[in-house]
Amino acid sequence: MQGVDRNNDPGFSPQPTPPRKGWQRPQPQATKPKRDPAPSRLAYRLHRMWLTPAFRRLTRIGLPAFLIAFLSLLWLSDENRRASLAGGLTGMVEAVQNRERFMVKVMTIDGASGPVDKALRMMLPVDLPASSFDIDLDQLRNDILMLDAVKDVELRIKPDGVLAAKVSERKPMLLWRHARGIELLDETGHRVASVTDRAVRSELPLIAGEGADKAAREAVQLFAAAGPLLPRVRGLQRVGERRWDLVLDRGQRILLPANAPVAALERAIALNQADDMLGRDISVVDLRDGSRPVVRVGIAAQNRIRAIQGRPLLGPDGRELPKDDKKS
Amino acid sequence: MKDIYQQQRAMRNMRQAALQRGVIAVLDIGSSKVACFVLQFDGPGVYRETDGVGPMAGQSNFRVIGAATTRSRGVRFGEIETMAETERAIRTAVQAAQKLAGVRVDHAIACIAGARPASYGLAGESALKNGKVGQGDIAQVLASCEVPDFGRGRQVLHAQPVNFMVDGRSGLMDPREHSGQALGVDMHVLTVDGDAIDNLIHVIRRCDMELAGIASGSYMSALSSLVEDEQELGAACVDMGGGATGVSIFVRKHMIFADAVPMGGDLVTQDIAKGLRVPMAVAERLKTLNGGVEATGRDDREFIELGGETGDWETDRRSVSRADLIGIMRPRVEEILEEVAAILDAAGFDHMPSQQVVLTGGGSQIPGLDGLAARMLGRNVRIGRPLRIHGLPHQLTGPNFASAVGLALFAAHPQDEWWDFETPTETYPARSLRRAYRWFRNNW
Repeated sequence: MQGVDRNNDPGFSPQPTPPRKGWQRPQPQATKPKRDPAPSRLAYRLHRMWLTPAFRRLTRIGLPAFLIAFLSLLWLSDENRRASLAGGLTGMVEAVQNRERFMVKVMTIDGASGPVDKALRMMLPVDLPASSFDIDLDQLRNDILMLDAVKDVELRIKPDGVLAAKVSERKPMLLWRHARGIELLDETGHRVASVTDRAVRSELPLIAGEGADKAAREAVQLFAAAGPLLPRVRGLQRVGERRWDLVLDRGQRILLPANAPVAALERAIALNQADDMLGRDISVVDLRDGSRPVVRVGIAAQNRIRAIQGRPLLGPDGRELPKDDKKS
Repeated sequence: MKDIYQQQRAMRNMRQAALQRGVIAVLDIGSSKVACFVLQFDGPGVYRETDGVGPMAGQSNFRVIGAATTRSRGVRFGEIETMAETERAIRTAVQAAQKLAGVRVDHAIACIAGARPASYGLAGESALKNGKVGQGDIAQVLASCEVPDFGRGRQVLHAQPVNFMVDGRSGLMDPREHSGQALGVDMHVLTVDGDAIDNLIHVIRRCDMELAGIASGSYMSALSSLVEDEQELGAACVDMGGGATGVSIFVRKHMIFADAVPMGGDLVTQDIAKGLRVPMAVAERLKTLNGGVEATGRDDREFIELGGETGDWETDRRSVSRADLIGIMRPRVEEILEEVAAILDAAGFDHMPSQQVVLTGGGSQIPGLDGLAARMLGRNVRIGRPLRIHGLPHQLTGPNFASAVGLALFAAHPQDEWWDFETPTETYPARSLRRAYRWFRNNW
């Protein structure tokens, strides 16, 4: 056995080192050469396409809008869904409108007489309690103003569900008799109400004739000016929608001019106070000529004058009576 | 030269279309980085086609709305070497710039630094028929230039009229409306390898963009680094790029010579990597952070940790003195400058009235280079930085972006080229007019 080293020195062996048992020694891993980052062709093209304004607008506005419209129309194409959507919407609206704080429970009316009060309550379109959204105050006010008796009304919904109406009524100042009946007018000539009989409101002065309501202000002034004559005044009559006749009892009439009738009336009153003109037998005082008053003497007075003059007397129709009648 | 005329004219039209649209990209595909600026123009009114020489300071009519730069790959010596890699680099830069600008750019103006540029000075002369110089006469005298044999596969990159003469009155910038009997022109023609241009067009087309103009890199960096007086009085611009060093000479605001040395900063990096046995990335870092060309006594004592990721502790913990690094860098820089000096000598730079040399490009940032260059080139040397343009981020205003900035200026104010003038009227085939007339008569 030549060539074999007997004295076995540790650390130096002629034999090759046996393969190592156990784990491998950790080896540094071969790293791939780092490539510079670059966008792929597809990414580059997509990015450029994205930077195109038209494409961008199409994608960001057109596509979502189309999708929303398409999906909503698809969803709405069913009848039941449409109905349930409409029902749900109205239900939501009503749920909000019918909340406690929006409810109107009572209606208070100030300054209205009994019939007006009753009419107002009738005119309310809904039954109380109702939501304040259901009451259209403007419409209601316009409806109320169509009542002749109401001059103005103030409507408001107060807290705690009170619908407050403050009514100012028209005050009747005149009675107007015309072909269709008797009506109450206020000072502007607006109708207030109808009455069946003049005796219902006997304290009000009476006017008559077509178009008398249009000159109601003048009538009121005339009545105010007719102070001392007032107990004898039966009313004012409009003639030809132009001027007034003041009608007194005993069939007397004062014809007033179309212009400045109040001044003319005052003049007539002055004449009356000076000469007791109206106490005599005069049927008509004509004041239409401003320079002088013209009077028509009554039948009895004319007959007295005729009798004195020896002329034939006049009958009640204004004609001369035959002689034999005079004798009888 | 007819087809290059048509091709460049097509590019001009495309550039006009881009200016009409208001957005254009400028691409500087260099050996060390790819820079992309997205320019926004205020309107088409600023483009003056027949302006003699655009004012250098008139930069207010465009602004940079997107600028990005990325490490270049696949470009060597200023020429495209690997198409796919270059395309990826351009895609990266263009996408980043577009993202910043928020607009899509379809037209690009690119510059090419290498591709063996060669300058030719051409002269032409023609008689004036009506005793006055008109637009057609200029086109005619440009077409009458005697064209030498450029060699196979060479293409004309620039053909600029630099000087007009009317009856011996030389030095005219704009001869229009001058009266005289004969019009002469000096034209500077720069040719490069046609394949490089074709590659560039192809790569840019693969990036879904149209090439709206192409320019020489050395011309572009001179346009941005030389101030107006230097361009007027005469100066040389040395653009020390990564793969190629461009040289261009300006006088009377026209480029009269351009050339390039296929050596640049990458070679310096390679030398450091070889000499110190470090990876290229480490060598690049050493060069930019600690590089220099003038060793002082202090540099002997300044030790630089080499670092590295080899996994070997001994290798990773080495350090060299800065003087060693300078000792590696300096010979290579000297070699580059010697080549530049040879080019300047060949161009006759000695006879220029003013002999200003402006160093720009990324390589000009080596500390102490101006002293070395002054000693090597023996002239007034200054380190030039590009002009400020509106909207450019501050980190992109360094001298290594000189050609990109120059491209932006070039896009705003292009100088007259031969193809800006209409072709002479007698070269129009008269037959076509007759054919048009016949067509009208037959159809109407």
